[in-house]
Amino acid sequence: MDVKKYVIKQISVFSENRPGRLAAIAHALGEEKVNILAFSIAEANGFGVVRALVDQPDKAYKKLSSIGFNVAFTDVIAVRMEDRPGGLYEIAKMLGDANINIEYSYAYSGKEGAVLILRVDQVIDAIEKISKSGATLIESSVFH
Amino acid sequence: MKSWDPHIEEMPKSELHQMQYKLLKNLVNQLYSFSPFYHNRMKEQKVHPDDIRELSDVIKLPFMFKRDLRDSYPDKIFMASQEELVRYHVSSGTTGKPTVVGYTQNDLNNWTTSLARALTSVGLGRGDVMQVSYGYGLFTGGLGLHYGAEKIGATVIPTSVGNTERQIELMQDLRATAIACTPSYLLHMGEVAEKMGVSIKKDTKLRVGILGAEPWTERMRIRMEDWLGIKAYDIYGTSELSGPMFTECSEQKGFHVWSDLALVEIVDPKSGEQLEPGERGELTVTILQKEAMPMIRFRIGDITQLNDEVCGCGRAHPRVERIQGRVDDMLIIRGINVFPSQVEYALMAIPGVGQHFQIVVDRKGALDDMLVRVELNKESMSDKITDLMLVRETVEHKLRNALNVNVNVELVETGSLPRFEGKAKRVIDKRSL
Repeated sequence: MDVKKYVIKQISVFSENRPGRLAAIAHALGEEKVNILAFSIAEANGFGVVRALVDQPDKAYKKLSSIGFNVAFTDVIAVRMEDRPGGLYEIAKMLGDANINIEYSYAYSGKEGAVLILRVDQVIDAIEKISKSGATLIESSVFH
Repeated sequence: MKSWDPHIEEMPKSELHQMQYKLLKNLVNQLYSFSPFYHNRMKEQKVHPDDIRELSDVIKLPFMFKRDLRDSYPDKIFMASQEELVRYHVSSGTTGKPTVVGYTQNDLNNWTTSLARALTSVGLGRGDVMQVSYGYGLFTGGLGLHYGAEKIGATVIPTSVGNTERQIELMQDLRATAIACTPSYLLHMGEVAEKMGVSIKKDTKLRVGILGAEPWTERMRIRMEDWLGIKAYDIYGTSELSGPMFTECSEQKGFHVWSDLALVEIVDPKSGEQLEPGERGELTVTILQKEAMPMIRFRIGDITQLNDEVCGCGRAHPRVERIQGRVDDMLIIRGINVFPSQVEYALMAIPGVGQHFQIVVDRKGALDDMLVRVELNKESMSDKITDLMLVRETVEHKLRNALNVNVNVELVETGSLPRFEGKAKRVIDKRSL
């Protein structure tokens, strides 16, 4: 199995916790015609990290860096979920049984169903375990 | 007037001046002969000990600055050998290098004597119980007041700083009549005491506060005296002078500088020209009897004015008014001197953040609170909050070690802090006295 095709590039952007910062990021991406497929905000005291899956990560990285943002690429994986009650439970249980430790996670529910995005410590290892568990991983080509 | 050293304290002005001239002449001769630093400085200034023919000739002598102390770290300007020293104290310098002050036994004796006179002049003595809530250690406040109070026969409670509730219990149980600490710490104690259901005014024997190491105002004095039922006296000193040295007398009108120990001048911070009593300028001190680290015309950096009239207490020793500001950008945080340059110096050694910074000083309750904003840089960027928190904690830890005060750090975006082309304004001080 070519595990690499399941590795998805997330962009992570450092942001101060004050009004207008998300707008600044979103505006810059809009200007570059970069489409945001999923995102989440994690916040700590005084700052936050905006994490997003976009259709053109390299373009997004370049643009945000050029206007002064601290940006990093982070490898994440995406797992398909059933979009119905209990769908998350099935996946979460599978991950737990496979002993995969989640650093953080976020989800979206789109036209083709629900997707759980996972940030894990050992990406390749997790991809193999998830495949074996019977869950469906989504290829990075679906996003970008 | 109650004096510790009546002979010196009650001397008329003319005799004080004579004594000062003899001490100055002697000091200049000695430094010219034995101190390479002062010898060179005097040569540069084209002044010879023979040019000092009266007290007012002091203006011919070269100045000494804090940077000279930094350049002579740790002990290059000491005039005593290590065997002759009995103690060191260390205070913050303007950069990573601190200032080391050495003391011979005579230096400690003079320091203690200075405080014995000062504490006596506010009516303290045998039978009093003094709680010393200044830090003990490299900082001069704790040990200085400790020995001064013991000298006059008072009983010392060496509480040092912190553990405020316990301090208040001890104040009550051991019947403290006096406390020495920063004015903001005393305000904090008053607030904590009230939360504990203790009124310092009604439930303790406290009657005197010896307050200093940071600037405060007449308004704060009135408030504290009224609220806490004490007499509050200003105390002044810097580690270069030995430590806290001089207090106001019971008249509460400026601190007396003992003429046998120090010669004070006020000079124009820009031109260095000596100013008249009543004119505001930079406090400049010649320490007349120090063995380990004598200093001629040391520019302390504090802005104030001199009052040379004989005091209502009868003493002719000149008085210096409350400190009104600084010539440089030194900050005083909870009694500790902090220079923005120290922050800059410390940040240079931390890879995870940039070198631009902003300091915001405020009060939380009665206590100072210092926040340093730093820019996260590329190398430490992470998608994980825990990694970023670790960066912040590392910076906090390193700044705390460098400055000896508690610092909160805020991570900000690269490029978001103001850049300066001329003189940088990196400090926002929101404290109002």
